Amino acid sequence: MNGFWWLPDDSGWKDRLKEARSGGTWASLMALANARLDFVRTNQLDRRLTEFGAQGIPEDRLFAPIRFAVLASCTVDQLLPSLRVAALRRGLWLTAYRSEYGQYQQELMSVGSELHRFKPNVVLFSFDARHLLGNGLLQEPEHTVNLAVERIVGLWRQARGQFECQVIQQTLLPTFVPLMGNNEQRLPASPNWLLAQINTRLRECADAEGVDILALDDRAARDGIGAWHSAPLWHSAKQDISPGAAPLWGDLALRLVAARRGLSAKCLVLDLDNTLWGGAVGDDGVEGIVLGQGSAAGEAFLHFQNYAKGLSQRGIILAVCSKNDEKNALAPFASHPDMVLKTSDIACFVANWNDKPSNLQSIANQLNIGLDSLVFVDDNPFERNMVRQALPIVMVPELPEDPALFSQCVADSGYFEAVTLTPEDLGRTQNYQSNKAREQLRESAADPAGYLKSLEMKLIWKPFDAIGLQRITQLINKTNQFNLTTRRYTEAEVAAILEPGNTLALQLRLVDKFGDHGVIGVVIARPAEADVLDIETWLMSCRVFGRGVEDATANLLVREAKKRGGQYLVGHYRPTQKNRMVKDHYLALGFKNTGRQQDDGTDWCLALETYVPKSTFLDIIDETTVEGGK
Amino acid sequence: MDRHAILDKLTAVFRDIFDDDTIVISLETTAKDIEEWDSANHINIIVATEALFGIRFKSAEIEELHNVGEFVALIERKLSK
Repeated sequence: MNGFWWLPDDSGWKDRLKEARSGGTWASLMALANARLDFVRTNQLDRRLTEFGAQGIPEDRLFAPIRFAVLASCTVDQLLPSLRVAALRRGLWLTAYRSEYGQYQQELMSVGSELHRFKPNVVLFSFDARHLLGNGLLQEPEHTVNLAVERIVGLWRQARGQFECQVIQQTLLPTFVPLMGNNEQRLPASPNWLLAQINTRLRECADAEGVDILALDDRAARDGIGAWHSAPLWHSAKQDISPGAAPLWGDLALRLVAARRGLSAKCLVLDLDNTLWGGAVGDDGVEGIVLGQGSAAGEAFLHFQNYAKGLSQRGIILAVCSKNDEKNALAPFASHPDMVLKTSDIACFVANWNDKPSNLQSIANQLNIGLDSLVFVDDNPFERNMVRQALPIVMVPELPEDPALFSQCVADSGYFEAVTLTPEDLGRTQNYQSNKAREQLRESAADPAGYLKSLEMKLIWKPFDAIGLQRITQLINKTNQFNLTTRRYTEAEVAAILEPGNTLALQLRLVDKFGDHGVIGVVIARPAEADVLDIETWLMSCRVFGRGVEDATANLLVREAKKRGGQYLVGHYRPTQKNRMVKDHYLALGFKNTGRQQDDGTDWCLALETYVPKSTFLDIIDETTVEGGK
Repeated sequence: MDRHAILDKLTAVFRDIFDDDTIVISLETTAKDIEEWDSANHINIIVATEALFGIRFKSAEIEELHNVGEFVALIERKLSK
């Protein structure tokens, strides 16, 4: 198994681990986790991490701690360190739990169990194939498969019902050997064949139930079953997954957790020369670069461009960061016949002679996303290391020398792991493109107000609903800048708000003459006293800053609060590293300051009758009153 | 590879697994001498040793190995095959 080959090989790792023994910092431990680790090193690092945690976990790591329970039919102790280390790799704090051997079902059912005291927010079901299918030919194969799948779906629902948690189902490792051979499907009772059936069925059910799949069968197909499972270790220790595979297993599991929390990367930043094509366009000219059919290298670069295009089509933003004269850098996009990527695929194109860390910073600013959302792909080790040193939170895969393997490297890194697809994802590139058209209009408009007016913006709102659930949860968990309280919610917690009650929960969509931005704002206000609504969450996507959406939202919020007989709105500002821009949000809206917290957080109150509606260039439209909705 | 070289490499494995750079093992060291040499760490030693020497232990061997002398002898045998 090519474990962690996208991470740099760190020759000083052992020495730095030693230093961490006498009191490592969180940043130093995190750096140790972002190197090529085998299971021995993973276990060593886990010990340092545990020592670190024993002295008190830093406040900001406790923000959204992961409580991860593995409910398994076999031995999984060898896997738990890799979960903690995979969380560390992402700057997250994780506490792991595993059910007692053979007890997972009882623990799930009984309210007094250790598992219930642990209160997981992630539950992963890990079953070995023998546990579901036994050892020999099956008498009633179809019945056995149905029964197994039904039972597992029941377990998912039970876990959900008890804990409001993310549920992850690991597919069965294909540990059975065939009885027929290539045409195993001709023996319907073959355990090897039924195992594949169960994995297929689990996927279908997982999609229907909102459960996330950890695709061990796919990994086994890629890495070879021997990399994941060892028959001697199964017999000696009932380990379905060998210790050697534990680090990758942990990373795969944490990718799913990160993706659910909106922490996956959002933008692929591409170098040009020797990354998207062979050669240097500034030296070789458009005719001289290596790209396209006719040479193996040219096809390999083409293959990588196709991969980047595919990512873009499913919602990943593409950017270019190249040391070149802009004119030269753009030339292949304009006139090379084999270019797959077009300038219209690139949301932000930066070609100049500045250093790459500065340019990445500027790309993040222009796209209004965090540096921790960027994956930087460059064939040049010098540039990679410079970025790693200057901007450790940017992800920089250690690209192999052969361009034929670039896409595999980026894919294996899992940086772009996704668990859901929203219509916004599929329309994102187009949206960034229309942002550009808007920018051009902004430049040509005589004055900002005139520009905003010319956009013909509509703010369309409705209460939370089941259809919006995914997008609302995604927005809540990845919005950092315009976010007053940065409170995160699981999908289950958002779903709980759908229940009829007095909570005012608004989802806001912005449409202008260039297109539909989808849902870009969320407000959740809960009744605190009879006539007081407490705004526990108010957030807005960075894509729509500077258009008066927050003012229009305030107008709407006051109107809706009044409709419910409210007299006061209470608001809070809770500072984080990223939300300084909304520090004075409530002040600007005319709220009175009622308190100051130690961390510079502030509390605010507005008497609704004193509110002077803000003037904006947005029409507010109640979607529930529009016939048939949208 | 002679017994000394094997023992040296095995020492490094033990130090990593037990996370203790002061561990000194000899051919006489048994599982009883190292407090943390439990069944889980036993498997870890097996897997790390297999990877380091490029060998495979049989199911029965995994169960029977409980002191360093047997380890070294078995590794030596497998390497000379």
